[in-house]
Amino acid sequence: MDAFTLLDTPTVWTNWLAFWSFDDINLLWVLVGSILLGMSASVIGGFAFLRKRSLVGDALAHAALPGVMMAFLLFESRDPLVMFLGAVTSSFLGFFLIDWLPKNTKIKADAALAITLSFFFALGLMLLSYIQGLEVDNKSGLDKILFGQAAAMTQKDIKLLAYVALFVLSCVVLFFHKFRLIAFSATYARTIGIAVNRYELLLALLIVMSVVVGLQLVGVVLMAAVLLTPVAAARFWSNQLSHILIISALLGGLSAIISTQISYLAPAMPTGPWMVVSLSALFIISLLFAPEKGLLKRYTEHQKLRKKVAEENILRTLYKLLERKNFQHKTFNLADIQALRSMPLESLQSTLKQLCKKALITSSTEGFEMTTSGFELAEQLTRRHRLWENYLTEHAELTPQQVHQQAERIEHILTESQELQLQEELANSQSDPHGNLIPSSNSTIPGESK
Amino acid sequence: MKQPNSNTHTPSPLSVQHLSMRYHHKPVLTDVSFEIPEGKTIAIVGPNGAGKSTLLKGIMGLEPNIEGQASFFGESLDKKRQAIAYVPQREEIDWDFPINVLDVVLMGRHGQLKLWQRPSQLDIDIAEQALKDLKMWDFKNRQISQLSGGQQQRVFLARALAQQATLYLMDEPFAGVDVATEQAIIELFKELKLQGKTIVCVHHDLNTVGEYFDWIIFINARLIAAGPVEEVLTKENLNKTYGGRLSLLNDLTEQMYRTQLNKAHDTD
Repeated sequence: MDAFTLLDTPTVWTNWLAFWSFDDINLLWVLVGSILLGMSASVIGGFAFLRKRSLVGDALAHAALPGVMMAFLLFESRDPLVMFLGAVTSSFLGFFLIDWLPKNTKIKADAALAITLSFFFALGLMLLSYIQGLEVDNKSGLDKILFGQAAAMTQKDIKLLAYVALFVLSCVVLFFHKFRLIAFSATYARTIGIAVNRYELLLALLIVMSVVVGLQLVGVVLMAAVLLTPVAAARFWSNQLSHILIISALLGGLSAIISTQISYLAPAMPTGPWMVVSLSALFIISLLFAPEKGLLKRYTEHQKLRKKVAEENILRTLYKLLERKNFQHKTFNLADIQALRSMPLESLQSTLKQLCKKALITSSTEGFEMTTSGFELAEQLTRRHRLWENYLTEHAELTPQQVHQQAERIEHILTESQELQLQEELANSQSDPHGNLIPSSNSTIPGESK
Repeated sequence: MKQPNSNTHTPSPLSVQHLSMRYHHKPVLTDVSFEIPEGKTIAIVGPNGAGKSTLLKGIMGLEPNIEGQASFFGESLDKKRQAIAYVPQREEIDWDFPINVLDVVLMGRHGQLKLWQRPSQLDIDIAEQALKDLKMWDFKNRQISQLSGGQQQRVFLARALAQQATLYLMDEPFAGVDVATEQAIIELFKELKLQGKTIVCVHHDLNTVGEYFDWIIFINARLIAAGPVEEVLTKENLNKTYGGRLSLLNDLTEQMYRTQLNKAHDTD
């Protein structure tokens, strides 16, 4: 509760100003360190994500816990390098177990992952509670690696973190092509003589290193989210791997800034959950608003398509009505249209209004009449509809009843080149299976001079 | 026309000796041996589950549990890797992977590149030519997820071409492709044959096998026959190939693996 009372007071503002004035040089270090970590973890996590090994990072983070505790017990020191080596060792042990079990037993990969993760985590928790019962110096703060605490990091911690993060980032830049090749198809990479195993080991090492240095900042429990959420969010923004990785690095860095700040303003709050929450918020924003693949875009596209289909259907109906009157009588009212096309009155009226706006039809007191451009569009749709019906009858041997349903949909998506191809492949492109004439593409309106 | 002569001098592009493969204890292939001629198109034919793809993978050393060996131009795989291009089955690929056509084809150049090297202009030129040969250059910036099945297959073939190999091993390149792609593949075969290159394909269409290929290897868990089309494309071989597995051979081989008899018995 301490944390929240602190946030209530006006001191937040002054604290925030103090944060960004970097009076405390240590703070600048923490900030730079966490940005670097956010970036390197999201980039290396990107490869785990692409190789569909997303959960490996989670297991490796949990597997690091007993290593940290053992290192503390053995060396009675909180030196960052000692902690780091302890964590890397046990994390790698976990990695080999995860790798070995499915290859040599009937245990599948997901089960191996779950077993390893929980075993190492439990072991780590046991050691942690054992240490907390001991009468030793320095033990306070060890439990911080469960959920991370940026403010508790020392300069030494941050130096190590920065070195590791820069090492990871430069490895990815250096081996980008090979990593991508292996992520895309390890089998193929093997056939052209790439030492896939060596690169996989390097990837694993980089993941382990990023995870381990991230523990103090993010914590064991939530580290996986920092590896995976940025790339999952970035996937919505681009189709090019280099861009995806850059975007996920930016997202990772951004969430690091947000969470470090909060951890400073409210010292009782762990950094990890804040980092993950801000990353998830960025993920949700991407999911909803990404320009091409976002849900909003997909929804509006779908609505657009619905509108287009409704408009085209009405034009088709008007064409059919026109055909029935032998192209003599050209104005039809709502009842005429509804007799041929079942559609709720409300959407029929709004669609007609749209068509008027686009100058595809005109409305008068007697009803609705197609304009020249409306007629041309209607003719084109009808032609495509009937050509498709013919194609299905001739080549797929469907009955006239079946083909109409299919053509009702296909008419909206056929392109001009596909239409030409249809005409070439059809023996009969004069009339459709129901006996209706197929309007030719360069005809004038029968009985009409434009 | 000097084919029969040259064969006796240069070692076969691919010679398989006593190749046996299993999946856990289940035998997939038992004691397959053959040697193929240079500069021909060769089809591996057999029913579903006969071990056709497994044979190719075994030849490329991609599967565990292999006995016997394959040699390329008389040498081991590692010594001749640059001369061999493998085209996997289309289904084995994650087509949602964020990558465009040109980058996939450039992967064919990575066997020749050092650890950290990026493709050079020369590599890009080679990839460009490969894409043009398969009429896919216009698609060079397209995401692979946005390609049709036939186009995907052509990208794979372009990648193999970019390797500039002399022996091509392809897993079902004709499976599920459109007419245009089928034509493009046939043209490619002709072109490669003119350059004296050898093509080995897993093929499933018996109607076209005689037309598209010079040589056939019939397999169904074992080698049935291997030879020129006019010699081996016979009713008898087809019956043997498609007439079901030899269950006794199958069962006893499985039992042998299960008991690890192959390790307990003295090697000869």
